[in-house]
Amino acid sequence: MCDTCGCNITDGNKDMLEPGGKLEKTESGHESIEVLQNLLHENNHQATHNREHFDKNQVLAINLMSSPGSGKTSLLEATIDALKGELSVAVIEGDLETENDAQRIRDKKVPAIQIQTGSACHLDAHMAHHAVHELNLENLDIVFIENVGNLVCPASFDLGHHLNVTLLSVTEGDDKPAKYPVMFRGSNLHVMTKVDLLPYLDDFKIENAEQNIRNLANPSLILKVSAKNQQGISEWIDWLKQQINLHRQLLAQGQTLLPKMQSDGTKLHAHEHNH
Amino acid sequence: MHELSVCQSIISQVLEVAKQNKAKSVFKISLQIGPLSGVEASLLEAAFPIACAGTIAENAKLETELLPIKVRCQICGNENEAKINHLLCSACNSWQTELISGDEMLLRSIELDK
Ligand SMILES: Nc1nc2c(ncn2[C@@H]2O[C@H](COP(=O)(O)OP(=O)(O)O)[C@@H](O)[C@H]2O)c(=O)[nH]1
Ligand SMILES: [Mg+2]
Ligand SMILES: [Zn+2]
Ligand SMILES: [Zn+2]
Repeated sequence: MCDTCGCNITDGNKDMLEPGGKLEKTESGHESIEVLQNLLHENNHQATHNREHFDKNQVLAINLMSSPGSGKTSLLEATIDALKGELSVAVIEGDLETENDAQRIRDKKVPAIQIQTGSACHLDAHMAHHAVHELNLENLDIVFIENVGNLVCPASFDLGHHLNVTLLSVTEGDDKPAKYPVMFRGSNLHVMTKVDLLPYLDDFKIENAEQNIRNLANPSLILKVSAKNQQGISEWIDWLKQQINLHRQLLAQGQTLLPKMQSDGTKLHAHEHNH
Repeated sequence: MHELSVCQSIISQVLEVAKQNKAKSVFKISLQIGPLSGVEASLLEAAFPIACAGTIAENAKLETELLPIKVRCQICGNENEAKINHLLCSACNSWQTELISGDEMLLRSIELDK
């Protein structure tokens, strides 16, 4: 664990806290202090720390998000099969407190850490941190974090991962991106899942889903995948490999990948840690 | 709802600043929220009393300023206000825009009593 670093005083707001800075008396006689911090400052701070753990070990971390039942665990199973020994994978399971999903992954001989989320509607960076310390990061190339099935809450919490991937199954409606704009705007990649079912559905149009994603000014790639018949799995694997390469190139230049997310807290606090 | 965790985070940030300034109590907390932040102001306000109960921020007023969604077009340079799920350029209708306001969730300022 890390020391508390008192980092909520940044160079940017330090002088505001000092007498004679922006600390002012209001008309009602109270002392007013400008803070200008992200509301999830503590989470973002922990997330930055988690990302340092991943980066130090050259591990790419991916946050998988979707509605319940869109096919996150199935996609992970298909991914593990497709990668067969080529890349070393681990999974952090956050999708509710049964051990079912973690067990499905372990059945494939891949390490899976189950996060005890209780009734939480999202994972946060502190929960992820405990799981990160249970993994042997030195031996891994890629860590998937399966978030709680929910298209609202997980979108606000940086876990210390590098990329957001949002799944949308063809059985749940092509207007989902318009209904959950925060989630779909913040995704680096969209995966349309269960496309083997498209012939049986007359009301899901990939083009409509794509248009709704573009309406959020998101240029992301959109993949069409079926974990049942393996359609699109090789494109997904290609994308993963590209991202691993991109991440390693950035690390070589002293940089890293930050998830496309609404919060600017990580940008505000990219400071050093002492462990 | 994640607004309770956001409130708990706000309170601990507020208490930290209050402690640094040796305050006796917190009078007012001002936030700035954009519709694309993923945080719902009304839900924050509902969760706030639970999160601050028993602290020196217990009687604090929570004030939220809602910020507009604004985009800048990367094709033609136009700037305009936009709807939450329709971040298009109003001049040339392209979707290649950049958000310049609307995703904020900031703890803006705090008023303290010493
Ligand atoms: N037809 C079809 N069903 C799928 C596919 N992927 C997942 N499913 C089914 O959808 C259900 C939920 O899948 P799961 O992976 O557990 O979803 P999660 O809750 O997002 O992890 C299961 O019954 C799966 O068999 C797919 O590609 N095609
Ligand atoms: Mg699952
Ligand atoms: Zn640590
Ligand atoms: Zn334009």
